[in-house]
Amino acid sequence: MSNKVFNIIVPVISVILGLIAGAIIMLLSGHNPISGYAALWNGAFGDSYTIGETVRRITPLMLTGLAIAFAFRTGLFNIGAEGQVIVGWLAAVCVGLYIDAPMYIHLPLAIIAGALAGALWAFVPGILKAKLGVHEVIVTIMMNYIALYSVNEIIRTVLTDGETTSATIAPTASLASEWLQSITFYSRIHYGFLIALFAAVLMWFIIDRTSIGYELKSVGFNPHASKYAGMNVNRNIVLSLVISGSFAGLAGVMEGLGTYGNISVMGGFTNLGFDGIAVALLGANNPLGVVLAAILFGTLKEGAGEMPTSAGVPTELVDIIIALIILFVASGYIIRWAILRFKKEEK
Amino acid sequence: MIEILQSIVPTALFYSAPLIFTALGGVFSERSGVINIGLEGLMVMGAFIGIVFNLTFADVLGASTPWISIIVATFAGALFSVIHAVASVSFRADQTVSGVAINMLALGIGVYLTKVWYDKGQTDMVSQPFYTTDIPVLSEIPVIGPIFFEGIYITSYIAILFAIIAWYVLYRTPFGLRLRSVGEHPMAADTNGVNVYKIRYIAVILSGALGGLGGSVFALTIVSNFSQSTIVGQGFMALAAVIFGKWHPLGAMGAAIFFGLAQSLSVVGAGIPVLSDIPQVFLLIAPYVLTILALAGFIGRAEAPKANGVPYIKGGR
Repeated sequence: MSNKVFNIIVPVISVILGLIAGAIIMLLSGHNPISGYAALWNGAFGDSYTIGETVRRITPLMLTGLAIAFAFRTGLFNIGAEGQVIVGWLAAVCVGLYIDAPMYIHLPLAIIAGALAGALWAFVPGILKAKLGVHEVIVTIMMNYIALYSVNEIIRTVLTDGETTSATIAPTASLASEWLQSITFYSRIHYGFLIALFAAVLMWFIIDRTSIGYELKSVGFNPHASKYAGMNVNRNIVLSLVISGSFAGLAGVMEGLGTYGNISVMGGFTNLGFDGIAVALLGANNPLGVVLAAILFGTLKEGAGEMPTSAGVPTELVDIIIALIILFVASGYIIRWAILRFKKEEK
Repeated sequence: MIEILQSIVPTALFYSAPLIFTALGGVFSERSGVINIGLEGLMVMGAFIGIVFNLTFADVLGASTPWISIIVATFAGALFSVIHAVASVSFRADQTVSGVAINMLALGIGVYLTKVWYDKGQTDMVSQPFYTTDIPVLSEIPVIGPIFFEGIYITSYIAILFAIIAWYVLYRTPFGLRLRSVGEHPMAADTNGVNVYKIRYIAVILSGALGGLGGSVFALTIVSNFSQSTIVGQGFMALAAVIFGKWHPLGAMGAAIFFGLAQSLSVVGAGIPVLSDIPQVFLLIAPYVLTILALAGFIGRAEAPKANGVPYIKGGR
């Protein structure tokens, strides 16, 4: 079997194994897995309201997934999507609050501000990696905490006077759509999903259709060969992380301008960045794969909300399932080995 | 001055003990060449098991409960880390990805079981946490006694003792030499008859045990219950301590104490004249900023073990 086939089979098997493991856990903790999964399905697609909320949930996941996948293609692991989401969220809300302009200027400005903030936050690990060879994983983790604590402080002291939630952004900067809300029983669905889909197309275009993308991939495969071929490896590392960071910043924009319309002091991480790792991994770092993986994980996460009330199953079951799926995908080597072994015995 | 020290030093030691334990775990794992981003998850597991065991057996075991709880949590952490070991050593999974999965899995399992067993998002407060004590004799030394040995948690000194033992094991025993060689050049070690896989398994399991210990000590000294937000970032701070301490047990201990100091200053700082003017946020982000500066070489360059993060494939080149 070719690599391409394996790239599709391994994630599919992993998802199935993850769901089976989830069912076993439900059985062991004395719940009925069938009613558990039925509740999950209803929680995600039960009526038009839940469908609207599911789309809202998928949107930022798609963007953080793209962010991490993009960096992965250059051989970089951007664990810092979490921090980039937070600063992107803050920047977008700031523009939404303090700038007064007609919508066709205000909205794009707020979106760009969020993307730029994310890009800036990713620029730091990028430049440190390129100039000093510092591993990006540790720097991005540290940048997450710096973002979390600093942004909380800014919300308390700059955006408000000791409050925990900022004022609501001007309607000219909002992504919310009355029309979309009215057809989904006033869920928090917003136009952001169009941006997320556009970002996926953009990633495909950059990676597969431009010379920039060719260089980025080439550096990911072999930095030494790329350097020998005359590419500027350092510039490509920074560029890759900056583009990755702007995707993550856009995920923050979705929350700031779309779902919430404000920003609140956070007790912990949004987890969008960490879930994005799962999305990118399951999607095999391919834009289409990321879109599909985000739909799957977004659906699981949204559907989980219905599980405690209808089936008595705690929502955390979905976190366990997602973690197991990542473990299975990451251990793809053994799944490959098992399939090949199985094939051999058939002959 | 002495009074200020008397409020800072015990708090700093109290906050740094869990970080020291966990960071030592990180040193073992990374020195053998396995990146362990999962320290956070191992601490979560330790905290969860420590609290649940304490709640369940407090009536039977009485005053010895917290001690037995941390021992059980140590074993639970070791057992849980086998997942990371299998994935990253045998299945050649990306070690960072596997670590991220460990973090999600631990928190998911902990909170899931908490909800199943206790019907709510957090456990009750434990009735048998660790209490502060005065260490006999030593606390009577003038000046030093009240600062270092009065109103202190014994776990803080056990942590420091562990750091010294870890240093001895890593630098003065054949096992330590093998462990370090596996992390620097696994193929050379293999050629010399060292079983790379076995050493790496032991190292990762040790890191699980120490992470579980750190998590349970954190839970039983600082928060006294388990919920979603019991362990938030302490594992990553321990990871930062590993790097800031340059992958050396005593360095990691020093870094952990320093980070513990920064944390304690953000707690008790408001009562100290000079520090109350510094916004709390600077003390909160200090450990992370310092780690980045250390990595960038502004505070002595931190060099990772050479084979860190690379799965060893026997017969590969």
